[in-house]
Amino acid sequence: MIELVVASGKGGTGKTSVLASLAVLAERAVVADCDVDAADLHLLLEPVVGRRTPFYAGHEAVVIPGACTGCAVCVEPCRAGAITLADGRAVVDPLLCEGCGLCVHLCEEKAVAFEPRLNGEWYVSDTRVGPMVHARLEPGGESSGKLVTLVRSEARRLAAERGLGMVLVDGPPGVGCPVIATMGGASRLLAVAEPTTSGVHDLERLLELAAHFEVPAVVVVNKWDLYPDLTRAIEELAERRGAAVLGRIPYDLAVTTAQLAGRTAVEMGGAGAEAMVRIFERLRPMLDAGRRQLPQTRGASAPP
Amino acid sequence: MKVAVTAERADWDAPVDPRFGRAMAFVIVDTESRTLEMIDNAAGRDAVQGAGIQAATAICRAGAKALLTGHCGPKAFSALAAGGVTVYTGVTGTVAEAVDRLERGELAAAAASDVAGHWA
Amino acid sequence: MIVAVASGKGGTGKTTVATSLALAAGREVRLLDCDVEEPNCHLFLETGPATVETVGLPVPVVDPELCNACGICGDVCQFNAIAVLPEGAMVFPTLCHGCGACTWLCPEGAIREETRPLGEVSTARVGSVELLTGRLTVGEALAPPVVREVRRRGDGAGLVIVDAPPGTSCPVMASLRGADVVLLVTEPTPFGLHDLTLAVEVVRRLGIPFGVVVNRAGCGDDRVQDYCRDEGIPILLEIPQDRRIAEAYARGRPLVEAFPEWRGPFAGLLEALARLARNGDQAPAGNVRVGGAP
Repeated sequence: MIELVVASGKGGTGKTSVLASLAVLAERAVVADCDVDAADLHLLLEPVVGRRTPFYAGHEAVVIPGACTGCAVCVEPCRAGAITLADGRAVVDPLLCEGCGLCVHLCEEKAVAFEPRLNGEWYVSDTRVGPMVHARLEPGGESSGKLVTLVRSEARRLAAERGLGMVLVDGPPGVGCPVIATMGGASRLLAVAEPTTSGVHDLERLLELAAHFEVPAVVVVNKWDLYPDLTRAIEELAERRGAAVLGRIPYDLAVTTAQLAGRTAVEMGGAGAEAMVRIFERLRPMLDAGRRQLPQTRGASAPP
Repeated sequence: MKVAVTAERADWDAPVDPRFGRAMAFVIVDTESRTLEMIDNAAGRDAVQGAGIQAATAICRAGAKALLTGHCGPKAFSALAAGGVTVYTGVTGTVAEAVDRLERGELAAAAASDVAGHWA
Repeated sequence: MIVAVASGKGGTGKTTVATSLALAAGREVRLLDCDVEEPNCHLFLETGPATVETVGLPVPVVDPELCNACGICGDVCQFNAIAVLPEGAMVFPTLCHGCGACTWLCPEGAIREETRPLGEVSTARVGSVELLTGRLTVGEALAPPVVREVRRRGDGAGLVIVDAPPGTSCPVMASLRGADVVLLVTEPTPFGLHDLTLAVEVVRRLGIPFGVVVNRAGCGDDRVQDYCRDEGIPILLEIPQDRRIAEAYARGRPLVEAFPEWRGPFAGLLEALARLARNGDQAPAGNVRVGGAP
């Protein structure tokens, strides 16, 4: 099975638009939206939700009404700064509580309950391009890495069950916990870069992360004609890091027009769409080769 | 000697679970009395992170001196090593077959973890 | 006043707005780049030499002489970072969240703490702008402690502008916490609108007054404007879709320097934010605009 992660380091480079178009072109793939923090892929693929599962992870401290004496023993030790005293009673801010449980242990009145935390929900859905696994993280939610892992494993399971050889993963921005959970153990990374000063900086960090986890990478440059000099610099950077450059996508407002219509670029046409078709043609043999080479049981490797 | 095997139930015919940290349960085999005891691995299975460490702690507390499993990550491996547990990875078949092969000296102890750390 | 610039979606122009606000302030300002996974403010500001300090997380170190393997630390650790074996406790620092529960609760006093580096905070200056940049080391997963360090060093009197990470998860919370006013940057597309609604939910739960900047106005439709009007969220500035602006951004030039005519609108934006912060939640209903395309 092939697991292709589309990620970008920097947000807003067009990775979701690229991934949605690849999903249309791939025909037989499971789509996984691992950008659980700001999931947008559903706006283009219009999934019909078949199964929804609440996502619990970790715990949160909850002060039991009437039990707190306001002794404040819990306030200062809380390094998340989640506890304050209001009207002589402790108040836990659930958006800041990291669920370490120290206050639960310190409270002599046993006034702090430790409750499982509902951190979001995940879905198995059907779309016009095939099955899709996606999720919604509660705002301020913790453990997005664990939710990403759930989405990935369900997508792989579905792909195996339905005999689809490919999982296409929409990755989150950045290089932290959710990205690490998305990329560890994946077959290949497709990095979508844009020729901006920030774009180059963020691509460099993303490729460094891919190297760290030994995930082979390829690069496409989106909106390449915005700054052709920097596009060439990105392509040189990619080559230096051993990542093949699969193509350039022009700055094309038709991609936004497609988004407004809730469609993928390749379904609407235009110069951007044509570039994506060419990129997919170059990608396909790599994926087929990878299918033969990669072990099937390799898991998602990542630190916390 | 007590030997831990990753498996779903305390049964000689239960298949060896290839996962360690996220295994359903562990079967502790007493090789002298030939008795089986099951330890549930809910703590590891549901852990947000560090499943292997939870599992390793449970194995050590049960007094096992060897672990037979499919794969073992680096953190779990070092905890098991520190706890005096010899780790055998790549073990397949049933609990009975695994223990049998260990007793006949057909299994080689792992010198290090065989996979990277896992989330899933 | 602490102004946090945030956005549900990445790439909407958060850094453009944050750097332009800082440059147009016309007074001493501290700009805190809390997007520690991808800090970009420094790319737009020609600062002088930076001083760099390593920041990290307090992680437990067990004294084997004092540890009696009672198991309490392993039981309290919610992050499974401690294995208590018959010979004693063994710590796995990469899993540790630095909460300190084990150190507090060890009855033998056998645990002390050591700092595990997670990243760095660099400080540099350009004109009246002091820039503090948080940077998470590639391969590390825990961004919030680095964010908290940037805030701890940079918060204080005077004007503070925080460039928050995109999204709505824990590093964003650490960036927005304690801000007097939040500026949400979005673009008029379905992605922009969807992610804006998530960000609005977060800021409302935090109870911080906020307003919106619409970037690339005109590239999409009016859904964002309609949403803001219906929700009574003030749109404080619109920056039009303009290829020249995109090209200046690509070259790493701050908006107010490439197009000085934008200084006035950004100074006005800062005043509008100060009014919002003063009036607390009493944000004016309806679609209030200051500035606008010059």
